[in-house]
Amino acid sequence: MTDLVIIGGGPAGMSAALAAYENGIRDILILERDERLGGILQQCIHNGFGLHRFGEELTGPEYAWRYEERVRELGIPLKLNTMVLDITEDKEITATNPTDGIFTIQTKSIILAMGCRERSRGALNIAGTRPAGVYSAGTAQKLVNMKGYMPGKKVVILGSGDIGLIMARRMSLEGAEVKAVCELMPYSGGLARNIEQCLHDFNIPLLLSHTVVQIHGKKRVEGVTIAKVDEKGKPIRETMQFIECDTLLLSVGLIPENELTKSAGVEMNPITNGADVTQNRETSIPGVFACGNVLHVHDLVDYVSEEAEIAGKNAALYIKGKLKNNVDIPITTDGKIRYTVPQRITEKKDTKVFFRVANVYEHAEIKVCSGNEVIFKTRKPKVAPGEMQCITLKAQQLENAKELNIDMEVL
Amino acid sequence: MAIREFTCIICPKGCALKAELDETGNVLGVIGNTCKRGAEYAEAECTNPMRTVTSTMRCSDGTVIPVKTIMPIPKADMHACMHIINKGVVTLPVHVGDIVIAGVFGSDIAVTENRA
Amino acid sequence: MYDVAIIGGGVVGGMLARMLSSYKLNICILEKENDVAMGASKANSAIVHAGFDAAPGTLKAKLNVKGSEMMEQTAKELGVKFKRNGSLVVGFNAADKKKIEELYARGIKNGVKELSILSMHALHEIEPNISPDAVCALYAPTGAIVCPYALTIAAIGNAMDNGADLRVHFEVTAIHETGASFAIISSNGDRINAKYVVNAAGINADAVAAMAGKTDIKIHPRRGEYVLLDKTCGGIISHTIFRTPSAMGKGILVTPTVDGNLLLGPTADNIEDKNDTATTADGLSTILAHCTETTKGIHARDTITSFCGLRAVGNTGDFIIQATTEHFINAAGIESPGLSASPAIAAYITEMLRDMGLELTKNENFNPIRKPAHRFREASVAEKNRMIMENRSFGRIICRCEGVSEGEIREAIRTNPPARDLDGVKRRTRAQMGRCQGGFCMPYIMEILSEELGVPYDSITKNGGNSKLMTGKTKEGCTI
Repeated sequence: MTDLVIIGGGPAGMSAALAAYENGIRDILILERDERLGGILQQCIHNGFGLHRFGEELTGPEYAWRYEERVRELGIPLKLNTMVLDITEDKEITATNPTDGIFTIQTKSIILAMGCRERSRGALNIAGTRPAGVYSAGTAQKLVNMKGYMPGKKVVILGSGDIGLIMARRMSLEGAEVKAVCELMPYSGGLARNIEQCLHDFNIPLLLSHTVVQIHGKKRVEGVTIAKVDEKGKPIRETMQFIECDTLLLSVGLIPENELTKSAGVEMNPITNGADVTQNRETSIPGVFACGNVLHVHDLVDYVSEEAEIAGKNAALYIKGKLKNNVDIPITTDGKIRYTVPQRITEKKDTKVFFRVANVYEHAEIKVCSGNEVIFKTRKPKVAPGEMQCITLKAQQLENAKELNIDMEVL
Repeated sequence: MAIREFTCIICPKGCALKAELDETGNVLGVIGNTCKRGAEYAEAECTNPMRTVTSTMRCSDGTVIPVKTIMPIPKADMHACMHIINKGVVTLPVHVGDIVIAGVFGSDIAVTENRA
Repeated sequence: MYDVAIIGGGVVGGMLARMLSSYKLNICILEKENDVAMGASKANSAIVHAGFDAAPGTLKAKLNVKGSEMMEQTAKELGVKFKRNGSLVVGFNAADKKKIEELYARGIKNGVKELSILSMHALHEIEPNISPDAVCALYAPTGAIVCPYALTIAAIGNAMDNGADLRVHFEVTAIHETGASFAIISSNGDRINAKYVVNAAGINADAVAAMAGKTDIKIHPRRGEYVLLDKTCGGIISHTIFRTPSAMGKGILVTPTVDGNLLLGPTADNIEDKNDTATTADGLSTILAHCTETTKGIHARDTITSFCGLRAVGNTGDFIIQATTEHFINAAGIESPGLSASPAIAAYITEMLRDMGLELTKNENFNPIRKPAHRFREASVAEKNRMIMENRSFGRIICRCEGVSEGEIREAIRTNPPARDLDGVKRRTRAQMGRCQGGFCMPYIMEILSEELGVPYDSITKNGGNSKLMTGKTKEGCTI
């Protein structure tokens, strides 16, 4: 019987492992499907990581190395090139790799840290042909930054998520012409910094309330038809225009990769597409924890590390039989707030609650109510769906709470 | 006299900044900012914008490795910097932080990954 | 000199090649694309029809029922998934009911077995997610599903294993009759000679027919768009659900696939351009609107991909299987139920060739069994371990959505007919066919293709020709 198995060796998995180690657990195993640790950070060669954690701007590989170096120093066991095939409710893990073949591990605790994947063209139902030259932005990032190949020369990007913006700059620096970034919403889902430094620095137009309605080209992309959309997101026929290009990159959202979570029977949240968790990041199955992008999509890796440490520390407490779950306070939200993590509080202690809003709001007041009683209130000058928000509830504020509702009002 | 507009990137608030410039490019004033750092950012962007360049370099074994300028360089020199990076070859092995090209627009180029 | 040249590597050409390879014959399949099953054989409803639809007495009726009966054994020998899931033609009103009674009568005439008409209660009993508005259904338990490109690839692979040749990139541009044989010329000037020729060129069968002499055959492309839903939706229904048919075809259906997805479609639009396989926004929304009418639990958000196929609609209303000149047979207008009929079409053409004087001597070495490809995901733990111990690369999962290992991908590139491009690997292994659509595994599959084929990474294509995936290397200024 192993104490703790961590599925995924990206930033979440490594932070969780280190936190569990620091809390006294030694019998740990990290299972990583790639040939090295670091997860998606390996291909995120741009800088801007680590401002919160380390007070400096690191690139993705540098940020990952800070954790990997520590994992290696401590000698935390890990298996690379290893794919987990199944997890059961009884915490039996089945995995495969070329050296061990199929193997099973019975463990006391599991931390799910599998990350997320990109939404594909199919999910968008874009009409047209199916030529070469349509890639998700992350795939293009891997091809350019890790393989050293150019997926195209004349590029249109659909979606202004951060990966798309980063790739607009990256492809431009490598000599490609990025013709436009189309965003379906009337605002960008990316960070303001990326819009400035990835688009404006390179004179790349950001077309808000625009989408790609058709892909052209039999064998290779020859162009796309774009159109402005109305308030309901429907393309306006009269605004259709053809843009000649050989590549369409999609940066249209990330989806937590929860196939294993579901197969284990963990209760899922329909909004986050991740597990429902307590403030300890424990799922509906005792001893199974989740953190990072598999739980909910983050915009800053610093928050992933922070969340993973919570999971790692509490997994350690669980293994030692010291994890407390003595109350059950569900957290609900109103329409302006899409979701919170955690979704429930099971111990009255200081608790950080992360949440995302449904739209761009200015002068927002966020209120946490227990019944009719307002237990916490704060104001934010501006909130946007692209930037995760966080509030901290103190133990004494939770004293009389039975259930919490988080509500936002625009002043 | 000219007006330059941009979004402040200092904090998530993203203020819409307007900077007024004279004929020689000196900043006469900034409006739209809600803090002092915003005004400083606007001034720097107008007079001497700086950027960290991140990219990849070819290695002696034909693969690529991520690199960065260890300091920000003038924004206007980004493409010239890429030109230098693109011609260079990294001799392996290297360790995170190793300088592979020295003295590029006031910075050095360092690898950001280990490679045996 | 080949005994028989088959023009077109689709399901008809493939089934025929396989059948002919059971005789002592030199056979060649000529395919214009980079791979086989590139036309309607890769984009259709994946249905083995029971055979109640075609007018009695037509070739369609005769060959459908016979082909459908042969299909189970054929699929078994070829190691292709086949499932007799049964089909339902669902009616919503009195007019539909009348049409369903007609179909029933027609099915009985065509020799379809086990047909019955279900009452509302019986229908909802066997298919709980059918629309509450449905009032009756024609039930054909013999209706089945099969993967059409897997079937075509396997048939051609089996023919090749039994000695047939496959020439890809062989787009026939001219056919000359030279005494007792034909010279067939390709667009890049290649030439082969054959004593007998079968034209199974699908959408281009009329153009190929015309190369061999005067012909009345005309093929019109009819566009059919499809939407494929995630495997999480595969269990919504278990039968193939048709609506009561109209003049333009069997209507938009909902069906599980043998791989566990849910397939919706097709639309039916007569178009002009034989190369136009683009999907349309209207088509995709029509499909979703129709299917949500017949079946509960269908949502656009579960879409993983959409695609379009062109049905080769002939000008007679029936399959056109006939000789134009001596030793030259056209198999044209093979629209639905062409897939269902394909084994019977092969048998029918084989008999025509015999009648024309082709000597058919049994090939004693013929092996009808195609060694099934390894399927890591479907293997038991013991089998998986055996696979990995024999070949380590079966332990490395490349496509995480569909659980496809490196070993399976290498096998697909080494097995007849070999995969040469990304789509070829996809159709043979299902890698890239899951919900992320290759977002994660594409760069790895390209690496394996590059290694196996011994070509540079940036020359790998999606599906041959100008479909190169990369436009070059980064750092072109660098000399390394």
